[in-house]
Amino acid sequence: MHNFLSEIKTTIKNLLSRKGRSFLTILGIIIGVAGVIIIISLGAGAQSLVVGQVTKLGTNLIGILPGKSNENGPPAAVFGIQIKTLSSRDINMIKDKGNIPHAVAVASFVNSNATIISGRESIDTKFVATDGTYPQVQNMEMEKGQFFTEEEANASDNVIVLGYDVAVHLFPNGNELGQIVKIKIPNNNPSITKDVGSIPFRVIGVQKKMGTAAFQNQDDQVFIPFLIGQRQLLGIDYIQSARVKVDDAINVKITIEDITRVLREQHGINNKEDDDFSVRDLADAIKLLTSITDTLSIFLSLMAGISLVVGGIGIMNIMLVTVSERTREIGLRKAIGATRKNIRNQFLFEAIVLTLSGGVVGIILGVFISYLIAIGARLAGYDWAFIVSPIAIILAVFVSIITGIIFGLYPAIKAAKLDPIVALRYE
Amino acid sequence: MLIELKNIIKNYDNGGLITNVLRGINLEVKEGEFMAIMGPSGSGKSTLMHTIGFLDRPTSGEYLFDGIDTKDFTDDELARIRNERIGFVFQSFNLLPRTTVLDNVILPLLYSSSKKGLEQRAKNALEAVGLGERITFMSNQISGGQKQRVAIARALVCDPKVIFADEPTGNLDSKSGSTVMHILEKLNKEGRTIILVTHDINVALHAKRIVTIRDGEIISDRKVLEEERVHSKEAID
Repeated sequence: MHNFLSEIKTTIKNLLSRKGRSFLTILGIIIGVAGVIIIISLGAGAQSLVVGQVTKLGTNLIGILPGKSNENGPPAAVFGIQIKTLSSRDINMIKDKGNIPHAVAVASFVNSNATIISGRESIDTKFVATDGTYPQVQNMEMEKGQFFTEEEANASDNVIVLGYDVAVHLFPNGNELGQIVKIKIPNNNPSITKDVGSIPFRVIGVQKKMGTAAFQNQDDQVFIPFLIGQRQLLGIDYIQSARVKVDDAINVKITIEDITRVLREQHGINNKEDDDFSVRDLADAIKLLTSITDTLSIFLSLMAGISLVVGGIGIMNIMLVTVSERTREIGLRKAIGATRKNIRNQFLFEAIVLTLSGGVVGIILGVFISYLIAIGARLAGYDWAFIVSPIAIILAVFVSIITGIIFGLYPAIKAAKLDPIVALRYE
Repeated sequence: MLIELKNIIKNYDNGGLITNVLRGINLEVKEGEFMAIMGPSGSGKSTLMHTIGFLDRPTSGEYLFDGIDTKDFTDDELARIRNERIGFVFQSFNLLPRTTVLDNVILPLLYSSSKKGLEQRAKNALEAVGLGERITFMSNQISGGQKQRVAIARALVCDPKVIFADEPTGNLDSKSGSTVMHILEKLNKEGRTIILVTHDINVALHAKRIVTIRDGEIISDRKVLEEERVHSKEAID
């Protein structure tokens, strides 16, 4: 035990006697390890942000969009291209329990930019026209009042539910319920086919503050019944998107198949290549997004790994210098009974202490910088989680030790092979 | 017989140019002897000491140590003999820098198989050379004479059969040198075998036997008469 402890003591003493050089030697390792820690932490943070944003809408959701898309890319509708292949009849077929047994609720959507006017106040925002089933499909809670019912939506009542920010802007006193607001579609909107002027709506509810979900501010929008939005405001007869809530996660895949089959029947499509719609679940979206962040993480980690290799070569270089500087010491140690193995282990140990301390400093630095980035992202309004995975830290420690062994071995063997007489005479 | 050399030959091969450093050395050393190896520089006396001290292997010839033929010893076995049976004292001390006197003396024990009571054994060795008080000093904070005494303590600490001293007074003033020789005499009186390598007859005359070597061969081997022996009066402080 004294042997090992005093070995550590001697090694640290040797390294501390050359503080400046030791520090410069391990700088490459510090940068490499810190880089890997930061990249892994950022990757995990970004992924948690993405997954959090997507799942905030709700789980077990299936989205239906017009237009074909391949497995790995987003559908064209995402880019704002108007495709008219999805109709209310399609959605009614999907709502039919006999066709899609696992669907709990289905909601259709059209949306557009709009100006909401209340007296002299007005706000530029977005309206979402949807069905009364919306609260069953997506996560939403009401601050006050109610969401419109199926009946109100089917009867085309002029009722409106305000997003939190919109409500606060138009009614700072909080007396929204029962008030009349007007919706005006801007003339430059490409979706509209005729100028309808402004249409009055009665406020029946305010949505609770939600923040962002799916990278959109959920508080900066209003909800109106589907048909009014589609026919009266936009003057169109197609559907921009629909969402289906499935009863259980295990039924999501089979429900996607059911929906696809129904839509192909409706559209008279026989093979996959001719699909004019896309059916996706959230798991797909998460998979797509995480695969992008994963690829980036791996690529950047490789770059940081190169820094580790360069750092390792630095270690080897300085250990060779150390061995030649301490040739007489090696000779003496051999003369008083050190075996080759003793000498080899001593220098190997010194290299490992170097790389390991570089690794520890790198971990501290990496965690600190990751933390600063997380704080910065939160200040910028993102729901960013500060994640440092224990695996990353264990990996960093492991990699630093391995680097020490790999790049310390050659100098250590060189030291062990020294002839004691030659070493003792070395000037 | 502690050491028995039979026709030891050592050649160095310097890129095809072969130098005969030792040309058939025959030598016997009994336990408890105090022997000096003398000779001018280049005579082969250092090579002879390195060979006897297992720092180097002979090209040919037979070397029996304590009655055992050493020819087939592995490097690790030789390291163990150097550790347990032999102590070296060098001209230039070879202490570890930035290390205390005590840790310098402990060093050989770290390579030995018995690691019990390290500190006490090192302290005892330092007492024997009169440095019991200075154990916490750094090796570069003490005088040259004290450094050589630390080196002797380091050679002693594993309780070896033989101590090899290679020009132990070469880097010292006469007073410190005298103290070092006094310690070696004392160790010999206590029964330890001492082999001294020197080119200085006044140092060699501390020994009881002088072997002179020239051009790799022993040219004389004589007992030192009691009346010509030099005894160091220098007490250790």
